[in-house]
Amino acid sequence: MTLTIPELSLVVLIGASGSGKSTFARRRFAPTEVLSSDAFRALVADDENAQGATVDAFAALHFVAARRLARARLTVIDATNVQPEARKPLVALAREYHVLPVAIVLDLPDELCYERNRSRADRTFGPHVVRNQRSQLHRSLRGLGREGFRHVHVLRSQDEVDAAIIERQPLWNNRREERGPFDIVGDVHGCCDELVDLLRQLGYVTGESGAWRHPEGRKVVFLGDLVDRGPRIADTLRLAMSMVAEGNALCVPGNHDMKLKRKLEGREVMVSHGLERSLEELDQEPPDFRGAVRDFLDGLVSHYVFDEGRLVVAHAGMKEDMQGRGSAKVRDFALFGETTGETDEFGLPVRYNWASEYRGRASVVYGHTPVPEPEWLNRTLNIDTGCVFGGRLSACRWPEKEVVSVAARRIYVEPVRPFQPADTAPGLTAQQANDDLLDMDDVRGKRLIDTRLQRNVTIRDENAAAALEVMSRFAANPKWLIYLPPTMSPSETTKRDGLLEHPSEAFEYYRSHGMPRVVVEQKHMGSRAILVICRNEEVARSRFGVMDGEEGICYTRTGRRFFENAALERDIVQTVGAALGRSRFWERFQTDWACLDSELMPWSVKAIELVRQQYASVGAAARVGLGEAVAALEQARGRGVDVTGLLERHRSREAMAEQFARAYRHYCWPVNSLADIRIAPFHVMATEGAVHVDKDHVWHMETLASVVEAGGNLLMRTPYHVVDLGAQESEDAATKWWTELTEAGGEGAVVKPMAFVAHGRRGLLQPAIKCRGREYLRIIYGPEYTTPEYLQRLRQRGLSAKRSLALREFALGVEGLERFVRKEPLRRVHECVFGVLALESEPVDPRL
Amino acid sequence: MLLTIRTTHRPATDLGFLLHKHPDHVHTREFPFGQATVFYPEASEEACTAAVLLDVDPVTMVRGRGGRDGAEDQYVNDRPYVASSLLSVVLARWFNSALSGRCERMPDLVSIALPLEARLAVVPCRGGDAFLRELFEPLGYQVETRRHALDDSIPELGESRLFTVTLRSSRRLGDLLTHLYVLVPVLDDQKHYWVGHDEVEKLLRHGEGWLERHPARDAIVSRYLVRQRGLVRDAIARLTAEEEPEEEATAERKEAGEHALERTLSLNDRRLDAVCDALRETGASRVLDLGCGEGKLLRRLLADPQFAEIVGMDVSSRALDAAERRLKLERLAPTQRERIRLLHSSLMYRDPRLAGFDAAVVMEVIEHLDPPRLRAFERVLFECARPGAVVLTTPNGEYNVRWPSLDAGRFRHPDHRFEWNRAAFQAWALGVASRFGYAVRFEPIGDEDPAVGAPTQMAVFTR
Repeated sequence: MTLTIPELSLVVLIGASGSGKSTFARRRFAPTEVLSSDAFRALVADDENAQGATVDAFAALHFVAARRLARARLTVIDATNVQPEARKPLVALAREYHVLPVAIVLDLPDELCYERNRSRADRTFGPHVVRNQRSQLHRSLRGLGREGFRHVHVLRSQDEVDAAIIERQPLWNNRREERGPFDIVGDVHGCCDELVDLLRQLGYVTGESGAWRHPEGRKVVFLGDLVDRGPRIADTLRLAMSMVAEGNALCVPGNHDMKLKRKLEGREVMVSHGLERSLEELDQEPPDFRGAVRDFLDGLVSHYVFDEGRLVVAHAGMKEDMQGRGSAKVRDFALFGETTGETDEFGLPVRYNWASEYRGRASVVYGHTPVPEPEWLNRTLNIDTGCVFGGRLSACRWPEKEVVSVAARRIYVEPVRPFQPADTAPGLTAQQANDDLLDMDDVRGKRLIDTRLQRNVTIRDENAAAALEVMSRFAANPKWLIYLPPTMSPSETTKRDGLLEHPSEAFEYYRSHGMPRVVVEQKHMGSRAILVICRNEEVARSRFGVMDGEEGICYTRTGRRFFENAALERDIVQTVGAALGRSRFWERFQTDWACLDSELMPWSVKAIELVRQQYASVGAAARVGLGEAVAALEQARGRGVDVTGLLERHRSREAMAEQFARAYRHYCWPVNSLADIRIAPFHVMATEGAVHVDKDHVWHMETLASVVEAGGNLLMRTPYHVVDLGAQESEDAATKWWTELTEAGGEGAVVKPMAFVAHGRRGLLQPAIKCRGREYLRIIYGPEYTTPEYLQRLRQRGLSAKRSLALREFALGVEGLERFVRKEPLRRVHECVFGVLALESEPVDPRL
Repeated sequence: MLLTIRTTHRPATDLGFLLHKHPDHVHTREFPFGQATVFYPEASEEACTAAVLLDVDPVTMVRGRGGRDGAEDQYVNDRPYVASSLLSVVLARWFNSALSGRCERMPDLVSIALPLEARLAVVPCRGGDAFLRELFEPLGYQVETRRHALDDSIPELGESRLFTVTLRSSRRLGDLLTHLYVLVPVLDDQKHYWVGHDEVEKLLRHGEGWLERHPARDAIVSRYLVRQRGLVRDAIARLTAEEEPEEEATAERKEAGEHALERTLSLNDRRLDAVCDALRETGASRVLDLGCGEGKLLRRLLADPQFAEIVGMDVSSRALDAAERRLKLERLAPTQRERIRLLHSSLMYRDPRLAGFDAAVVMEVIEHLDPPRLRAFERVLFECARPGAVVLTTPNGEYNVRWPSLDAGRFRHPDHRFEWNRAAFQAWALGVASRFGYAVRFEPIGDEDPAVGAPTQMAVFTR
């Protein structure tokens, strides 16, 4: 005997104690699918027969069942369930999660049950218990359908129980294996002429049978509302039905279609909203056509899940928690969407904008409510462009995600209300308007962010909390923040005398991971600055949704505006924009905007307080303090006291203090205007349609060189060397350069693999490694760190935490840009930017 | 770090007996933080100078902090060079007899006044020359100070807070050492770690006989004792390390700024009163305090049973932790505890947890938001959270001219992004009210000045 159940259902076993439910469940279902009341009694009370623990046990069982159903896992309830009040919460649970409740009744003879119970030492109750349970069961049998069980299977003997086979049936809406390609057509409403125009435009032809088909095997998906209102309803039905019959189309029902169906079934419906047009036309048709229409409509499935779950289609949309599920509520949502319960000034129900809250992974294409322009919003697309009201008939090509439209030949019906999206600010897309505010729930708490480069990156709760504060108090408009740069690890600590860092360790890192060549770029002595530059104000609005009249932004590695002085920032943005224009960058990349990663000098622009309160202050203290000490020691030596060692030591300390001051002074010069600022761009991070992490670093350097040339005084080039890691002389030349650079007070160099994204044998490699010069590191490790005994102790620094952090931030940074370039909702971009900021609050030695 | 003590008592070399350190030798001793040396640059019948030289090991200083590498424990640190609490440790442990006025070889010498000159080569002093004099002049010292520039080659950087200080007086050596022992850490206003928990005892012992009557007594006590916390490294400080002036400086300015200014009016209390009154008038029972900080308003709200449900929200989780401690939430009776919740959230993000309240307070918050971000704030509060009423306060920038200590054009707090005049505030509030369907009225808080209005302005939105 085969018991057919939906693949996603809540299976409720019903049977007296001893009827063999647990054994049946064990044999027919996976152990984790079965929730047994006995097991839950044991979980909460350490005794599976503790009747006193029943209430707690069921509370826990219902909780677990709910979590499973929310995750779309088939769940079996193994309890007697003979009383209606025991089953009622289970049916409610199934409804809440839009899964079908199934009853499997084990109606076995009293004696058998009693015998089984007797053979178990822990079941001491008498035969009357089983008798009572069975009579309750019998009283329940007829009412199970009314209680809400859509499938009821009754097994009346042990033989039937043993012979029973469970067959799990996919839901009708599950068409995950159908990958398309599809052409999803919005509400036709009898506009058959336009439908034919549209099909032609999409490349469909009529076959021998007269039915439309696509030479490349594409399929049409009708989003419902084929009927009512328009001029050629019967023809529309004929066209759609023939395409569906020949397997060239699928169709989901619309609310109009369902009303027509009920009318054709002879039920009482109000004839309005264009239904009268359908009836007029169908009255002219032979009765068997009407029957065929009725059967066609009756067979329609509320919604479909296609393409491995990537695409969901339904007439009025589908919320994430209803996709691929089946219940009356799911069907209603597919037909009508959701309303707020209010009515607008035209007397029509106010639609609840489920799409603005949609967070699902699947794209949802739907219709039902006419809009002037199909616009993606949180991966949903409404393509009802109101053909029958004189708008257009539109189709969405999948997986291309393009919209193809044909104009209505005329206005067939005047719309009751003008169709327009409710809350779009002028000039912004629906998505941009929606993105004006980000949601706390999209950033708060522990998060896993899926990135292309590193799979899941975990953001811990406390780090997210820290990022929330920084983002809220200091960051610029999130619409501008499409990228935050990763932190950078230094090279392994060198063993060379007097040094902590040296390029040879960075070379060795990349060589040992199989990289043949690296690029060594000068590390500028400034602060990291991200430049997002638009060709003009209009691009800032249309691409970034920024309405403030800005043409770009310059922000720090923590997402804060670099300059408080808005005029200075505007000058910088415009100067860089002009350089991009003059170097024909816009044309070359066919873009209207660019995101550049750069270093901005002098460091003191941003860090003047730090210089004042820390560096200069320590320098002054050292100079004065050591100077006085040397003077006192000299005086003591003058009177013959042996302080030679001390004096030497303090003289050398005094010299180091002076070197320290020289080191920080390199980073300070007064900034009064644009003329005092230098920017060295070193990465073209992204332009329209492209994140340039697929280009090597020489490409980035050369591409930017032409921009720098056109950039006048503001922009500067980054000197670099390409090093062949197989050739000692190549390495030596770069090392010599580094040594000269750092001995002249330069900060150091950054060593990068040739490829922007480099993989070694064990995964992603560090995108860059910095080698800082000996003098610069005084600013980091203190004036006297080069004293041999100090240096020896400083060498024990560990890099692994810093390196892991750098990789995760790199992956997040690139992911954010890729999402932006794919035009994903801002929250998806912001998630990555927020993640980088959160990771930056992880405790890692700040001197690395 | 160098301290020299000179005397012209005759014979001056008796100083060696008092200090228990022979003038012709070099004395060294190891301390956990480095090596101390005593030597004598001059030692004659007429004049004798003892030098205490402390060679602090900067790496040990950092490593000593329990291996926790945070933004505050920097290798770039002035500790190796300046006179600080480390000097006090050396005085207490190595000059114990002299400090307590004992000398076996010359018992009489400890009790007589000697002509003494103490010189601190570099000492950081918060409060400057004036504070230095305030500390030492009442004790009878002739004070000579020299303030150092931060960097002579970058004059724009200005003056440092570093001084070379010379103190002259005729007195017992033990008294001089005691004064240095207590007052050097007070000048520096920062203590190292190895200072134990018996600070109060030590202060009372060493301050006996002079501290009680010292005119700057309260400042000395609070500075001496205050710096016991302070080591908690936190993520925020590091995140903004490059952009934010170090925290203590901000705190100092804040103290000198907003707080001190407004304290004279006890404006804070009057603001709390006004906000509570306005809130009560709305009839609200379920209320939100947005930007509750450490919970001053929450405490008042708790005291009024009209407020059945109180939610304090702040973007800083540290502030919320402090609020939880200050309000002693853990020890509240269950019925009281049920009335109040703290929520970590932000006014820049839509948060459904903030929806459905009768009223919300936004006290001294908006001036901390960048003006372009106000739009997000308006929608989060007035469109999404949409409380029945909103009580909002912000400084009245016009009033700033009434505070002579506040430089023209400066704000009351370094984190303020703007301080609106009355017209700007009212224009903004009326715009918000009309866009989001609220009515609004305005009230001054604090004494109203006929020309510039009251120091704080309040708007009450209702719908």
